[in-house]
Amino acid sequence: MLDLLSGFVGELRNAGLPVSLTENLDAMEAVKHIPIEDRDAFKYALAATLVKNEQHWRAFETVFEVYFSLRGPEYNVGDEEGNGEFDPDNLEEWMSQQMQGMGGRGGGQDMSPEEIAEMLFRALLNADEAMMAAMARAAVTQFAGMEPGRPVGGTYYLYRTLRNLDLDGMLDRLIEESSQRYDGEMTPLAERLEREEFENRIEQLKREIEAEIRRRLVADRGVEAMAKTLRKPLPEDVDFMHASREEMANIRKAIQPLTRKLAARLARKRKHKRRGPLDFRATVRRSLSYGGVPAEPRFRHPRPNKPELIVVADISGSVAAFARFTLHLVYALQNQFSKVRSFVFIDGIDEVTHMFQNEEDITNAVHRVNTEADVVWVDGHSDYGHAFGVFWENFGKDVNAKSTMMFLGDARNNYHSTNAWVLKECQKRARSVFWLNPEPRSYWDTGDSVITEYSTYTDGVFECRNLRQLEGFVDNLA
Amino acid sequence: MNETMFGDLSGVREGLAKVEYLADDGIASVVFLAERLGKPVLIEGPAGTGKTELAKSVAAMSGARLIRLQCYEGLDEAKALYEWNYKKQLLRIQADRGVDAEHEDWVELQDDIFQDEFLLTRPLLEAISAEDKVVLLIDEVDRVEIETEALLLEILSDYQVSIPELGTIMASQIPLVFLTSNNTRELSEALKRRCLFLHIDYPDLEREKQIVLTKVAGISENLAEQIARVVRSIRQLELKKAPSVSETLDWARTLVLLGIENIDVEQAKETLHILLKYQSDIEKAAKELTVEA
Repeated sequence: MLDLLSGFVGELRNAGLPVSLTENLDAMEAVKHIPIEDRDAFKYALAATLVKNEQHWRAFETVFEVYFSLRGPEYNVGDEEGNGEFDPDNLEEWMSQQMQGMGGRGGGQDMSPEEIAEMLFRALLNADEAMMAAMARAAVTQFAGMEPGRPVGGTYYLYRTLRNLDLDGMLDRLIEESSQRYDGEMTPLAERLEREEFENRIEQLKREIEAEIRRRLVADRGVEAMAKTLRKPLPEDVDFMHASREEMANIRKAIQPLTRKLAARLARKRKHKRRGPLDFRATVRRSLSYGGVPAEPRFRHPRPNKPELIVVADISGSVAAFARFTLHLVYALQNQFSKVRSFVFIDGIDEVTHMFQNEEDITNAVHRVNTEADVVWVDGHSDYGHAFGVFWENFGKDVNAKSTMMFLGDARNNYHSTNAWVLKECQKRARSVFWLNPEPRSYWDTGDSVITEYSTYTDGVFECRNLRQLEGFVDNLA
Repeated sequence: MNETMFGDLSGVREGLAKVEYLADDGIASVVFLAERLGKPVLIEGPAGTGKTELAKSVAAMSGARLIRLQCYEGLDEAKALYEWNYKKQLLRIQADRGVDAEHEDWVELQDDIFQDEFLLTRPLLEAISAEDKVVLLIDEVDRVEIETEALLLEILSDYQVSIPELGTIMASQIPLVFLTSNNTRELSEALKRRCLFLHIDYPDLEREKQIVLTKVAGISENLAEQIARVVRSIRQLELKKAPSVSETLDWARTLVLLGIENIDVEQAKETLHILLKYQSDIEKAAKELTVEA
């Protein structure tokens, strides 16, 4: 058990979760109190002691499934068969009982695809979970065509299984069936809810199939190898440039607290700075408790000066993925700071503050920026020099000692002139100037990148490719 | 340690159900472990999913006294731990002065005025020094500044408070500690390391239905099922603020009061403002519900 747990913790660390020694010890202590047969409780005990961030839950779950998938009583696939071949005897017997109700077909022989589809349909219709799990197994056996030692990823098998099951068609049939139950008298709302319910069940079935494939792969290839292939980056390590849609949604959720943090950092700097002038009245009032001796002088609170944020973001094609993220960041910032002005550019520059301000919905705002902002001057290829020049000409006067400026872009200038003097002027006037670059540091200054030239006039250029780095930037501000 | 507080895992669950808190597997396991290991629990999750309620329910179930510390920005040790009652100390000194000023020297006086008598206990110290069973709830711990968090560390790991003038006060019994956080900021590693972690998310369909059935008097199972389904449907939309469990309950109560047995689109739209608090969210949800799927 001890070996298993330390192997498990090792894998969690490999996956990037920060597990400390004390947490490891806590986990060992915790599992002593949990009956080992109770798989769920065991899982939660490990999670409570080892995972301290909700975002890491999925990574934990994957590792857990890999490590302990063959050890539950209900999952007696594997070990004794060794080769990952599924033993269908018990299942078929059980299923033939189930099939009695369907006209007594079936029996001992292998089920045809139609039969599997039919049984699956019934399982889904009646939300019969045991049946769904059994059918997931049958479907994998039938369709995935898994062979031991075949060097293919789990997604391939998943794809094969799902393609054969035709779940979309299944969904339509399910809805039809249930609307017949209502004699066709369904309100749109009821129909919608019904559809969602079925979608949910199908989603569950997919998870079941995925888990089944994973179990077999683990049995075939061994725990360590599987854990390695399933390792995925944690949400904070996902590269903005290559984030999938789902990952992007996670990132978006994580941005909110981050901007609040940024606002708090900037605000705190204000608070700690300097006390205001002597508050005479308060001092006299205070002195009464010391018998009239003004032992404790009181000061006025300094007037909080509200920080202004000026964000200038590149939204050209080369940073398209980053730009999507950038716009979300800008939107989130807008909610935190009283005064944010946002500009976007490609080779022309346009102010988009109003598009974010009057828009409650972020997706609309982003859409408006992408369609309405006037950012193309000549050919729609990045021209930092020209964009900055225009910026200075039109908005330069608005940069003052209160403003913090953030430039977001890869500084790939297509060999145009850089106009770095604009940044120099900005730095003179603004409180601070930062640059966030979505490119890996090793690419900087290669090809048409002119980041160093700009960086001379900033208070710092930060590589910003994932949430961890963005967080590092926010922490550095303090 | 009071091992007998909960018998076993299912005991926790049943106990919580008795005080009308429906725990899922995760919640029950963590509460059980917290008591067994004597460790604090850090509860995180969206607003209105029953984080604070859990602490209250555990207190109610075990018959313990609930001590609550509400965190806010600017909380300091004088309000969280203890404070010297300086007014009383001052009175004590002045009262001496008249009688026999020569009699007592400063050292004696100092011993005298730094005593329990002049100590004002604040929630944390109170929880530590309590003789009876207590549950300590530190609510919305993410609101204090990261520096103030350090105040909690000594209590959470060793269950003791050090007062320079008095020495260290050890806990006579280990209280159950719950910390809640809305995750507005990342808590420090040091704090997280000392706690068991529990994330409470929106409940799944079945559990939400059960919660509605338990908490709302006179609701039919059919209506509860529909409510849970509609709420789940709304939560899938991208909203500023998804409806919480407490809002679901409010909505259920409203529907019961209005005598509605089957929700149709019109009624749903009219009562949406109970479920959602932003105008833009309400409009969006209303639009979504009208459009056929």
